[in-house]
Amino acid sequence: MSGGHSEYVPGNGVSKWLDERLPLPRMVYDSFIAYPVPRNLNSWYTFGAILMVMLIVMILTGVTLAMNYAASTQLAFDSVEHIERNVNYGWLLRSIHANGASMFFIAVYIHMFRGMYYGSYKAPREVLWILGVLIFLLMMATAFMGYVLPWGQMSFWGATVITGFFSAIPLIGPGIQEWLLGGFAVDNATLNRFFSLHYLLPFMILGVVILHVWALHVTGQTNPTGVEVKNMKKETVPFTPFATIKDALAVALFFIFFSWFVFYLPDFLGHPDNYIKADPLKTPAHIVPEWYFLPFYAILRAITFNIGIPFTDIVLIDSKLGGVIAMFGSIAILVLLPWLDTSKVRSGSYRPLFKQFFWVFAFVCVMLGWLGAKPAEGSGLSGLLFSGDFAGNYVAYAQIFTAYYFAHFLIILPWLGKFEKPSKVPPSIADAVLGEKSGRSAAAQPAE
Amino acid sequence: MAGNKKPGAPEPTRRDFLYIATGAMGAVGAAGAAWPLVNQMAPDASTRALASIEVDVSAIEPGQAITVKWRGKPVFIRNRTEQEIAEANAVSEAELKDPVARNDNLAAADPATDVNRSAGEGKENWIVMIGSCTHLGCVPVGLAGDFGGWFCPCHGSHYDTAGRIRKGPAPENLLIPPFEFVSDETIKIG
Repeated sequence: MSGGHSEYVPGNGVSKWLDERLPLPRMVYDSFIAYPVPRNLNSWYTFGAILMVMLIVMILTGVTLAMNYAASTQLAFDSVEHIERNVNYGWLLRSIHANGASMFFIAVYIHMFRGMYYGSYKAPREVLWILGVLIFLLMMATAFMGYVLPWGQMSFWGATVITGFFSAIPLIGPGIQEWLLGGFAVDNATLNRFFSLHYLLPFMILGVVILHVWALHVTGQTNPTGVEVKNMKKETVPFTPFATIKDALAVALFFIFFSWFVFYLPDFLGHPDNYIKADPLKTPAHIVPEWYFLPFYAILRAITFNIGIPFTDIVLIDSKLGGVIAMFGSIAILVLLPWLDTSKVRSGSYRPLFKQFFWVFAFVCVMLGWLGAKPAEGSGLSGLLFSGDFAGNYVAYAQIFTAYYFAHFLIILPWLGKFEKPSKVPPSIADAVLGEKSGRSAAAQPAE
Repeated sequence: MAGNKKPGAPEPTRRDFLYIATGAMGAVGAAGAAWPLVNQMAPDASTRALASIEVDVSAIEPGQAITVKWRGKPVFIRNRTEQEIAEANAVSEAELKDPVARNDNLAAADPATDVNRSAGEGKENWIVMIGSCTHLGCVPVGLAGDFGGWFCPCHGSHYDTAGRIRKGPAPENLLIPPFEFVSDETIKIG
């Protein structure tokens, strides 16, 4: 949609001079002012802009926090308290940064589920989607390493458990773990490199975000109908002022929610044990990751059984490695989503069955999150089936929901596309949106 | 090679050879230049220097235990009572979840008998173990759990007085690091 022609007209001699040498103003004009967006975008489409603003907020607060933080096992914990108590506005910067991480993940999860509901990943936007998955992975790595920096008990033991995943890799695993830690356990070398990488990765995220926006502007945005723009004049509006103002409103509303945590519940999303200084000789009673990792943590712990050749003692994948594979697989499978969803219809609005499965999937993700916060107790699925062990059998529930998570991608989506009878898709955005006024195609309601 | 050549394709020239040779040298050079950047992340000399420690155990009376830090991890050194040894000896191999000794000083397949878990014949009272639960690396608590040995509060793994896993999610017995008595009073770990 945006490809090809440009509407930029240099206003004066200086901008004309620059335009012939480095057409940066032209690029900004074409991308953020004249860029045509479908006129029927709903509020769920504002989260991209919210995420962009959040990334900038995190980089700004992060850079200023780094001016007052000391990455040393001797100093780190106290330097965070120093930021809280002594540094001018340190309490504010840290509260924004720590809660900002949670807000970032809230926004990214909504953004991802929006993409899943409206089929935004389908051709020709596969690369756009995959770049998004890459950003999500980088965000997870950044958030994990950032959480280690305050050097509290959860920081230390979270880092121990997470880096322990790598020891599950056969043969080379323990070597990789030592290389990642820079020692035999989480220690000063680990803290230092995590700080270095925590500072680096956001800029890599920024780089991939630029590619993500580029890919978006090549194909143009989707919209709730999932129908491509056919009539630019009737069906699109320029990014500025329409999308700019709507995004600004969304950001303002999001910031009210954000501020509620920053000012009134600054530690609500954290864990009290992280206000105890890291102690390598003493483990907290219950290690839990930050809330945004809980579904993946539940999947990790759901694999309590070895996978081997049936009726023999030969173990191919032990439970520890199996858990790690399942956890990384649950993210990697998102890369394949554009090809696993076989339906020709893009938007979930016109897919009556998909719509229901989508909400079941969302529920399963929430339940996995809840189970990730629970202790890994219970006799598992076999206990549930053969001994009726229902109460508190969290392992069994995690196993059921993990199986469903993968089934959604590997069985339900490929199957739905072949057997589902979609409802009538409007021939164009104009029919869906403007048609209502004239009473035409009333069946094709715009989504939401 | 000659068999794969398309008819009429030009012969490789000296220039082609030079391009490939230069490219290959460049790739080797780039890999060589990257190696220090990668290798600096491995454990440094000061960390490796602490890879083994010596501990004076003369003050540990029967029934007492100390925890020392070795390679950033806790190591339990316990002088066990006669009763604790007897309890551990009374366990048959069939009752063990992990039948292997997990003792770095013995062969990998040796059974998890009490003497194989201890410092050996004549020093059965001493037990030296890495204090990381074999489940997810938490530090177990001593003199606790259903078997009077160690108990991991994280996910409820119970170890007996020989540090063998008896109940709970942990897959293996507590690991025994390489160690030796350099004298009657000093243990060298690592």
